[in-house]
Amino acid sequence: MIAIVALIILLPFAAAVAGLLGAKVGTGRRGGGSRTESSGAAAGRRAAWFAITAAAASAVLTLWLALRPALDLPTGAASRPGGAGFWDSFLPGRVEGALTLIETGSLPISVSLRGDGLSVLTGILVVMVALAVQVYSVGYMRGEPRYPSYSAFIGLFTSAMLLVVYAGDLIVLYVGWEIMGICSYLLIGHWWEDRANSRAAVKAFLVTRLGDVGFLFGIFTLGMAAGSFRIDDVLRADIPTGTLIAATLLLLMGVAGKSAQVPLQTWLPDAMAGPTPISALIHAATMVAAGVFVVARLYPLFLGARPTLDVLAVIAAIGMLGAALAALAQDDLKRVLAYSTISQLAYMAGALAAGVRGAAGLAGLSGLSGLSGLSGPDVPYGPDLSEGDVVFGGIGPPGVHGLGEVGGDEAAIFHLLSHGAFKALLFLCAGAVIHHAGSNLMSRMGGLRTALPVTFWTMTIGFAALMGLPPASGFFSKNAVISVIEDSDGVVQPFLYGSALLTVGVTGAYATRAWLRTFFGPAQPRGEPQPEPLPEEPREEPLTEVLPGTAAHVSDGREAPRSMLWPIGVLAVPALLLGFTWPWVAGRGVMGSGVGWGSAMIDLVVALLGAGIVYALWRGDPVRDPARLLGPFRVPCERAFYVDTVYAALVARPMLRLARGVVRADERVIDGAVRGSGRAAIGLSGVVRLVQNGNAQLYVTGLVAGLLLIAVAAAVVLA
Amino acid sequence: MTSQAQPGLWPPSGPEIVFLLLGVVALGSALLVVTTRRLVHAALWLVVCFGALAGCYLVLTAEFVAWVQVLIYVGAIVVLLLFGIMLTRAPIGRSADLDSGNRWAAAVVGVATAGVLVSVVVSGFHTAYTPLEPGQGAAGTLGSSVFRTWVLPFEVLSVLLLSALIGAIALSRTDIGGRE
Amino acid sequence: MHIVYPVVVSALLFSIGVYGVLARRNAILVLMSVELMLNAVNLNLVAFDVWLRDRLHSGQVLTLFVIVIAAAEVGLGLAIVLAVFRTRRTIDVDRLRALSENAAGTDDESGDGDGGGDREGDRNGGGSRGTVASGGGEAAT
Repeated sequence: MIAIVALIILLPFAAAVAGLLGAKVGTGRRGGGSRTESSGAAAGRRAAWFAITAAAASAVLTLWLALRPALDLPTGAASRPGGAGFWDSFLPGRVEGALTLIETGSLPISVSLRGDGLSVLTGILVVMVALAVQVYSVGYMRGEPRYPSYSAFIGLFTSAMLLVVYAGDLIVLYVGWEIMGICSYLLIGHWWEDRANSRAAVKAFLVTRLGDVGFLFGIFTLGMAAGSFRIDDVLRADIPTGTLIAATLLLLMGVAGKSAQVPLQTWLPDAMAGPTPISALIHAATMVAAGVFVVARLYPLFLGARPTLDVLAVIAAIGMLGAALAALAQDDLKRVLAYSTISQLAYMAGALAAGVRGAAGLAGLSGLSGLSGLSGPDVPYGPDLSEGDVVFGGIGPPGVHGLGEVGGDEAAIFHLLSHGAFKALLFLCAGAVIHHAGSNLMSRMGGLRTALPVTFWTMTIGFAALMGLPPASGFFSKNAVISVIEDSDGVVQPFLYGSALLTVGVTGAYATRAWLRTFFGPAQPRGEPQPEPLPEEPREEPLTEVLPGTAAHVSDGREAPRSMLWPIGVLAVPALLLGFTWPWVAGRGVMGSGVGWGSAMIDLVVALLGAGIVYALWRGDPVRDPARLLGPFRVPCERAFYVDTVYAALVARPMLRLARGVVRADERVIDGAVRGSGRAAIGLSGVVRLVQNGNAQLYVTGLVAGLLLIAVAAAVVLA
Repeated sequence: MTSQAQPGLWPPSGPEIVFLLLGVVALGSALLVVTTRRLVHAALWLVVCFGALAGCYLVLTAEFVAWVQVLIYVGAIVVLLLFGIMLTRAPIGRSADLDSGNRWAAAVVGVATAGVLVSVVVSGFHTAYTPLEPGQGAAGTLGSSVFRTWVLPFEVLSVLLLSALIGAIALSRTDIGGRE
Repeated sequence: MHIVYPVVVSALLFSIGVYGVLARRNAILVLMSVELMLNAVNLNLVAFDVWLRDRLHSGQVLTLFVIVIAAAEVGLGLAIVLAVFRTRRTIDVDRLRALSENAAGTDDESGDGDGGGDREGDRNGGGSRGTVASGGGEAAT
C-alpha cells in the first residue's frame, strides 16, 4: 500500500516533468516556422492533459486509500498522552515504508513515507484542490504562452505538498517544505515581466525562508533530542520539556512563515500578484496548509510545550483580528481574500494553540462513541465550560455531554479542510469575476449578479462558509474551532477567545461587503471595453500591458468558460456540505455532536451583526464603500496596519544600508588593504631595489660587512 | 712550540726589528697602492710592497719562497699588470676618479676588517713564539717536499695553469665569438 | 720570532686589500688589491709554517701554489678586463651595471646576474648596449 502512497506523490511530479519536457517536443516537430503560435497552444493543451490526468489519477488513488477500512499497520502506541489521533476513527492504522536509510555519520535519514488518517485527509484536500485548479487553469490561462511550465510548477507544487503530507521522516518533510517554497516563488512570479510580480515572488520566498531557517533548526533539535528523524520515533521519544519548548518554538517560526502568521504574514497579500488559480492553490491546499498540517502532525509534541502554544495563541489572536480588519478595508477583491486567509489560518492556529486534546480519537478507537462524560485524564477542560454547551445530538439523547469533544488538532484540520474547500472556491470564483470585470478592484465591479449567475451562487456559498452561516461547512468548522478555544485553559485564553469572537463579527462584515460590492449595486463600466471575441478563437491576451494588482491579466466579457465553471461547481459541494460529513469522518457518527449550540448561536449572532451593519451602511448608499464604517481607522487597516512600512523601516532599509556599508567596506577597506599591501610591497621593494643598482662593489661591500657582523655576533654569542 | 725561555714581546729582538721595519714598508706601500691617484704608481708601489714582503719571507727563513716571490710577483705579475694598464689606455698621469663613490663605505669595512682580524690574531697568538732556524725554507728541502709529498697537487696545478692559459687566449682573441 | 708580528702585518695587509677591492674603480687596481690579499695569505702561511715547524713544509709549498694560482688568476683577470675594455671602452667597475635591474629592464633579454652581462655585451655587438647600461647606471647613482 505504500506503493500507492508513493504513486500519489510521484504522479503529479512525473506529469510535471513530462509536461515541461515533453509538451513541446511533439508539437515542435509537427508545426514549425509560421505555426509557432498554434504549436504553443498545442503544447499548452498537451501539458494541461498531462497535468490533469496525473492530478485526477492522484485524486482517485487518494480516494481509494481513504475508502479502505484500515491501513496495514496498527496505530503506533505512543507513550505521549493522546498518541492516537482523532483521525484514527476515520482511517485506523497507518502504512509506512522506507526506501533507504541514508547514513549521515550521526543521525541517519530514512527516506520514508508514512500514510495515516491525517495524511489521507489532508491529501484529499490537496489533490482535490490541485485537480480543480488544473482544470480551472485551462480556461483561465487560455492563450498563455508559458502554459507548460505553469502547469508543471503546479504539479511540482502539489507533489511537494503531498510529500510533506505523507513524509515519514522530518528531513523528507523538510524537502517537500522547501520545494514548496521554490514553487511558490516560481508561480507567484509567473508573470515576471512585471517587476512588481517578481518582487512579490522574491518577498514570498525570502519571508518564508526566514521562517524555514527556524524550522530546519527545530527539526535538528527534535532529531538530536529524539535520536532519530523518523516522525514516529520523534513522537514517541521522551524529550525534556526545555528542549521540547525550544524545538517547537523553532518549528513555529517555519509554521508562521509558511502559514503566513503574524510576524511573517506580509508575503501573502503580495502573493496575489500570481495568477488567481495559484492564489487558490496556495491559500487553500498547499503552502499555507502545510504549516497547520505540520503542527497537527507533531501535535503531541506541541501539547507537551505549553509556552509554545501560548506564543501561538498570541500570534493567532493578533493575526485573526488584524487580518480581518485589513480585509475589511481592502478594495482589491483578491487582497480581501488574502487577508481573510491569514485570518482563517489564525483560527486554525488558535485551535491548535488551545492545546485541547479531544477524546474523539480515544473514543473512536475504543468504539465507545455513544458513551458520555468520558474524558481522558489528560483532557484539560473544566466541567463548568462544558456545562454551558448544549450538545445537540441528532440521534442520541439530548443533553448528553460529548464524548465527541473536539480536540485542538481535530478542529484545526476540520477548519483546514473546510477552509480549503471554500477558500479555493472563493478564489476560483474571484478569478471568474476578475475574468469578467477585467479588474481586481471591487470599486470597478458591482451588479455582476445577473451577468454571472453561476459564479454568483457559488461565491455566495463560499462567503456563507467564510462567515460561518449554518448550512455551510464553515459554520461547523469555525464553531469547532471556537469551542476548542473556549475550552482552552491557556494563559491567554480570554484574549484569544475575545479576539476570535470579534473576528467572527469582522469576518461577517468584510464577507458581506465583498459580496455586496461585487454582485450588487450599480453595474460599473467595464475596465477595458473589448469586442466580444468569437468563442473558439484563441485570443491573445495583453499580458504585459495591464498593471497587476489593479487589473487582471485576463479578462473576458462573458461568464467564464465551462472548464472554469466545473471546478467551481464541484468545489461548491464540499464547501456547502463538508460540515455534515465531518462527524462521520471524525468517527462520531452523530450529526452535530461536538457542536456547542449555545456558543454557535453566539457566533452566528455576532457574524450576522457584522454583516447587518455593513448591509445597513450599504443600503444607505450603495455606491459608497461600506468600509467607511471604520472611520479614521480605515487607512491603517487598508495598509494592514503599516506592517510592511514598519518592516521596511526596521528591517529592509537598515539591511540595505548595512549591505551598502558592507559593499563600501569591501571596496574601501578590504580591497584597499589588498591593493594597499600590493602597493606597499611595490614601494618597499622599490626602496630595496635602489640597492640593486648593478654595482658589484656595493654588493661585495655589503657581503663583507655582513660577514664581519656575523663574525662579531658569533664571537659575542660564543664568548 | 713555545720554548721554556720565551722572551717578551718588548723589546723585540734583532730579526724582529728587521721584520717589523719590512712589514711597515710593505703596509705603507700597500696603502699607497690602494690610495694613489696614479695608476702606474700604484703598480710600482706594488713592486715595493712585494719586495718588502720577500724580505719578510727571508727573515722568516723561507728563502725559496722569497725568491719565488720576487721572480713571479715582481717579475711576472706586476709586468702583466703594467701591460694591462697600457692595453686599457689608462692615463699615465694623475687621474681624479680612481676611487669609486663606494670609498667611505669601503674604508669603514676595511677598518672594521682590520679591527676584527687584528684583535682575533692578537688574542689568539700573542704568546706564540718560535726561534728562527735557518735552512727550513731552503730550495732543497722544499723541492724534496714538493716532489715527494705534494707531487699530485703540483701536477694538478700544471693542468690548472694550462686551462688558465687556454682561457686567457679564448678571452683575448676577438675572432673567437661567443655562442650565437 | 713572535708569530704575532707576521700575523698582524698579514691582517693589516689583508684589510688594505679589502679596502682596495671595495674602493677602487679601475679593474686593474682591483686586481692589484686582490694580489695584496693573496700576499697577506702567503705571509700567514709562511709564518705558521715556521711556527709549527711542519715536517712536510705544507705552509711554504702552499705558498708556492698560491703564487702560481695568483699568476694564473692575474692572467685570466687581465684577459677579462681587456675583453670588457674592448666591448665597453671602460674598465671602471662601477660603470659596469649589467647586473642592475634597470639595465636588464631596458634590454629585451633579462640580465641574469652571474657574469652573463659581459657576454651579452659581446653578443649585442658592444657599444650601444654598453652605453645604455652605463647610462642607466649613472642615473641610478
